[in-house]
Amino acid sequence: MGLVTATVDRLTFRNFTELASLTGAIAASGFRRFSTYRQATVASLVTNTMFGFLRTYVMLAIVGTAGATLAGYTGAQLAGYVWVGQGLLGVVLLWGWNDLAERIRSGDVVTDLMRPIHPVLSYLSADLGRAAYAMMFRFLPPIVVGALVFQIYLPKDLVTYPLFLISVLLAVIVCFACRYLVNASAFWLLDHRGVTMFWLFTSGIMGGLYFPVHFLPDWAVALLWFGTPGPSLLQAPMDIFVERDGVAIRVGLIGIQLFWAVLLLWVCTVVQRRAERKMVIQGG
Amino acid sequence: MRVIDVRGLRKEFTVRVRKTMLRREKRVVAAVDGVDLRVERGELLGYLGPNGAGKSTTLKMLTGVLHPTAGHVSVCGFTPVPQRIKLARRIGVVFGQRSQLWWDLPLRDSFDLLKAIYRVPGEQHAAQLKRCRDLLDLDSFMDTPVRQLSLGQRMRGELTASLLHSPEILFLDEPTIGLDVVSKQAVRGFLAELGARGDTTIVLTTHDLADIERLCSRIVVIDHGKVVHDGSIQDLHLRYGSRRRVIADFDVAFTYPVDLPGVVLESSTGTRLVFAVDEVGPLAAVLAANGSLRDLSIAEPEIEDVISRLYQTPAGQVG
Repeated sequence: MGLVTATVDRLTFRNFTELASLTGAIAASGFRRFSTYRQATVASLVTNTMFGFLRTYVMLAIVGTAGATLAGYTGAQLAGYVWVGQGLLGVVLLWGWNDLAERIRSGDVVTDLMRPIHPVLSYLSADLGRAAYAMMFRFLPPIVVGALVFQIYLPKDLVTYPLFLISVLLAVIVCFACRYLVNASAFWLLDHRGVTMFWLFTSGIMGGLYFPVHFLPDWAVALLWFGTPGPSLLQAPMDIFVERDGVAIRVGLIGIQLFWAVLLLWVCTVVQRRAERKMVIQGG
Repeated sequence: MRVIDVRGLRKEFTVRVRKTMLRREKRVVAAVDGVDLRVERGELLGYLGPNGAGKSTTLKMLTGVLHPTAGHVSVCGFTPVPQRIKLARRIGVVFGQRSQLWWDLPLRDSFDLLKAIYRVPGEQHAAQLKRCRDLLDLDSFMDTPVRQLSLGQRMRGELTASLLHSPEILFLDEPTIGLDVVSKQAVRGFLAELGARGDTTIVLTTHDLADIERLCSRIVVIDHGKVVHDGSIQDLHLRYGSRRRVIADFDVAFTYPVDLPGVVLESSTGTRLVFAVDEVGPLAAVLAANGSLRDLSIAEPEIEDVISRLYQTPAGQVG
């Protein structure tokens, strides 16, 4: 993968451990950086929890009128789906990340390019650190609140827990890659707001945030899963958590996420290379 | 040993100019137009030029951030763009108007992170950091988040950040911009000490000519993308006929006609006369012998004057 070969000459064990300690150090810094914004964390928690109530009542009303189940979910599974989604929103960080675009606009991106590390790897490592912080402080509180007020589905199989964690990790990587590409559009457009608006509008729908993609016709569901990275952002970990499908399908969902993670990271490195070729550093 | 070898370096940008509401015309502008530059290990080079001359563009090509349109570039034996990541370990860069530190983290954490990124062995990192902490007086703000540092403190942090991996070449793009006198002196003193040790090559871009006079043995002046001077400051004065000034004050108006070779009367108010001279002695003797001389002062040629004359000369007519 270009990501690795750009950083080390040959992928030996020593190089691999050096790379792992490097990404670990950057991830740790990402964790520390986000842990300094405690009030922002509290504000996000309050917002996510409030929207959790709103969405749960809507979902329960829908499943109530539809019968005992809807699109393969029981009421408790849909409640679980909503609250896990509210918790994961801050972990995958669907919206609100424009650091790279701002650095491109200001020209500060030049300092990213002067470090002996591929920019995609550097930003990804920092994002994994941020996600680890969010997993500890933004994921659990909404779920606890949801579980206290509603009957929410908790996994019955033990294997679901590691599968869920792997799925969350892949969701973070897929979401990071999408955000990186949206931000990198600023290399060409400078004003990336149009692309960001498109991402805001489509990611929530395709990711299954507003409603499970299984509410849509079968052909649309297949198109979304295999033709877009959308469901890999949120739908996959949420479906795994509420055990909508059997173990084999849950593993398959992780396979789809892995495919999108590898593909999109590769696209990020290609886009970065193209951007560097035509780059004009803003502001001298 | 040559650490920078640049021949025929050129960088073109395409600029789109609006002609009518719908029509735009492409125009190619050469920001750097055939620069040749050779720098030996341990040199302290001043790279000067007016705004838009191509200084920063050259620096970005030397560090592998921008692709040259044409020409040969070798830095520390590497071709910068394809070998940017390898080169990055061997060079340090400070942009006066940009930060390489992490905004949200204390300075200490930024340094720890750079240690990991540059894979600096623990002992080497500790020794370099200690030297910078002593020379740049960092201890009082090592635990302050970068966003809360003053500009002078941040710049001292930036210098440290660029040196922790012991780079062979340090590129400095306007490192004293916006700094107060005390901070400027601290930065200059530090760079002078670094340059005196002779193991780090320093390429300094600045508009502050005091930086250049204090630090650089060699200056390269670039204008409209071309090198218009490459040599010492003394060479520049010689080349542009910069002369010392003699300012003579008299108790009563001095009227004796001075007619000496190499002496030009620049201005006169009767009791104060200003001369441009090659040699002071003969003029001083004439002034003292023929008038009631009260005071005599000699002003060395101002580098600002020479540089501004150089900038105003159309490119291509010099050098």
